[in-house]
Amino acid sequence: MNIIVVGLSHKTASVEIRERVAFSPNQIEKPLRELTNLDGIIEGVIVSTCNRVEIYATTRDIAGGIARIRRFMADYHRIPFEELEPHLYSHHSEAAIRHVFRVASSLDSMVVGEPQILGQIKTSYGYAAEYKSSGIILNRFLHKAFSVAKRVRTETKIASSAVSVAFAAVELAKKVLGDLSDKTVMLVGAGEMCELAAKHFMNCGAKGVMVTNRTFERAERLADEFSGEAVRFEELFQHLHRADIVLSSTGAPHIIIGPKDVEEVVKRRKFRPMFFIDIAVPRDIDQKVDDVDGAFLFTVDDLQEIVQANLAQRSLEAEKAEEIITQEIGQFHKWLSSLEVTPTIVALRTRFDEIRRAEVDKTVAGWKDLPPDAEKRLEALTMAMMNKLLHAPTLVLKKAGQGGRVDLYVDALRQLFELEAAPEENEELELEE
Amino acid sequence: MTHFFFTVTLALYGCATAAYLACLVRTLPGLAQWASRLLAAGCITHLLSTIHLAVSIKHLPLTNMQESLSFFSLAIIAVFLFFEHRYKVTSLGSFVTPAALLMFGVSAAMHGQVRPLPPILQSNWFWFHALLAFLSYAAFTIAAGVAVMYLIQRYFLKAKHFSGLFLKLPPLETMDEISYRCLTVGFPLLSVAIISGSIWSEQAMGSYWNWDPKQTWSLITWLIYAALLHGRLVIGWRGKRAAILSILGFIVLLVTFFGMKHSITW
Repeated sequence: MNIIVVGLSHKTASVEIRERVAFSPNQIEKPLRELTNLDGIIEGVIVSTCNRVEIYATTRDIAGGIARIRRFMADYHRIPFEELEPHLYSHHSEAAIRHVFRVASSLDSMVVGEPQILGQIKTSYGYAAEYKSSGIILNRFLHKAFSVAKRVRTETKIASSAVSVAFAAVELAKKVLGDLSDKTVMLVGAGEMCELAAKHFMNCGAKGVMVTNRTFERAERLADEFSGEAVRFEELFQHLHRADIVLSSTGAPHIIIGPKDVEEVVKRRKFRPMFFIDIAVPRDIDQKVDDVDGAFLFTVDDLQEIVQANLAQRSLEAEKAEEIITQEIGQFHKWLSSLEVTPTIVALRTRFDEIRRAEVDKTVAGWKDLPPDAEKRLEALTMAMMNKLLHAPTLVLKKAGQGGRVDLYVDALRQLFELEAAPEENEELELEE
Repeated sequence: MTHFFFTVTLALYGCATAAYLACLVRTLPGLAQWASRLLAAGCITHLLSTIHLAVSIKHLPLTNMQESLSFFSLAIIAVFLFFEHRYKVTSLGSFVTPAALLMFGVSAAMHGQVRPLPPILQSNWFWFHALLAFLSYAAFTIAAGVAVMYLIQRYFLKAKHFSGLFLKLPPLETMDEISYRCLTVGFPLLSVAIISGSIWSEQAMGSYWNWDPKQTWSLITWLIYAALLHGRLVIGWRGKRAAILSILGFIVLLVTFFGMKHSITW
């Protein structure tokens, strides 16, 4: 049994194409059913996010399965196949396993280390499980992908550093102020970045927010959002000492906060440190404020530097992640291979038993004056013979299941004994469970 | 037996120091925990060997430079382990353990003579004084270590240099808080150490205060830390100013410990 992957992502298709191929989560049942009804496709999972649409499936016929899924993606969305085809990629066997592990670990994402993709795949898997389009193999496979993603997140720092300016501001504030839970934030002016940063600070447990703006109504509105306090712009310097963190982004063409102001404020705070972020262009806060003992001033450029450094670090961490994934692929592949053996052994045994029974019945039927316990003895004899004959091959097959020559043996057995395609895959594999 | 314990301690300290220094340059999962465990193990064997020595010579091993250095390093490591547990400051270990290791190594290399205890030292006030002095020294050593780290991190923040060591060092405020706690622990200990030292001096020499180099420099050390404590509590000194004073006090402390001799000789 093989795992195959067919799909497209932000790396191979523009958003216009991706939009047309996306599967809506409310209507995922129908495509899942159609997918598993395709010839040769046993199990299927559909993952559809704004950056990728991928289909994971199991099949015995790799080439055919992949071709049929490609067609399915085009036909279902009524896109001409020639138009869609150049954007699609496909993987099978080990490459497929690696691809899905990488995607789940966010190594294939636009921003490496982003946390959303794992949740998105989990949700997709949930649908597939609900509508029973996934079976034992994809179930086990995706569970494995989740645990690999978790390993990558905990054992590398791929997801731990800030890669947005707002996050970087919070990270930096923590480096200066330590615990943020009893700190107060002041927003001076209004601006998307400041609001975002303020939200992050609140998420990290900051105690409260003060907002000040030339237009008092705007300050009030923004303060409401944070359940904070609005401060009149003229009274800025009367309240500034209450803030530990100051985010500034007014449209003013001149400096609003100068070093003398900050010196006084810091003294009033008994030198408890103050953290300033100046987003505005032209700047709101005089650079000399950074020289004041107890004040720390950062601009957007400084934050950008942090973001760049973190991005660079993430790519180093990504290498570590790839190593982890390589380890895990080996393990999973072994398990997958071992699955082949059981249905084959069962099929072989069934075939032998059929023959055995037929012969016993024939002999018993044509035997005049059959001694009373003869049938039982014949039964015992033939069973014992069959078991002994099967014993060695069974052992060898089971051992080969870990070694990797499985396909060879399984194939040979199936051909030599003319074993039909194994009985209902799902049932057989449940035995293994 | 004592020798065996000391060798084991030296090995454990050596490995722990290497691990802490490695933490600065690399992030390996579990490295920090291992460094801490190794250090704690070394601390225990160190403590055991010190106790063993004390039992065999029938008094606290604080009478010569070798014993003092060993005890000093033990105290430093014990105090550090406390702060590491409380504040999770692995990076402090990278600064403190090399110093402690060096101290302990020198102590192990010195040849101490086990002499019968001179009558001058057979006073409980002496042991009390010496013990408290070393404990206060350990607290001030940690304070100085954290002060150095503070100044480095503050420099990075002002120079906007955000990679490498910057990422490993703890928040400024955390370091400031540790420095403050060390001060509030070390200063009373030092005060009592000086007082008990004077009482012993009276017993041994007949006068409480002789203005000998050791006493004089201890007083200077005490004054610097007193100023720092006053500054912190009353004026609101913190951060850079407090860090510089902590380091200054520590330098004077080292001069007092290594450079100055008691006028009482034995």
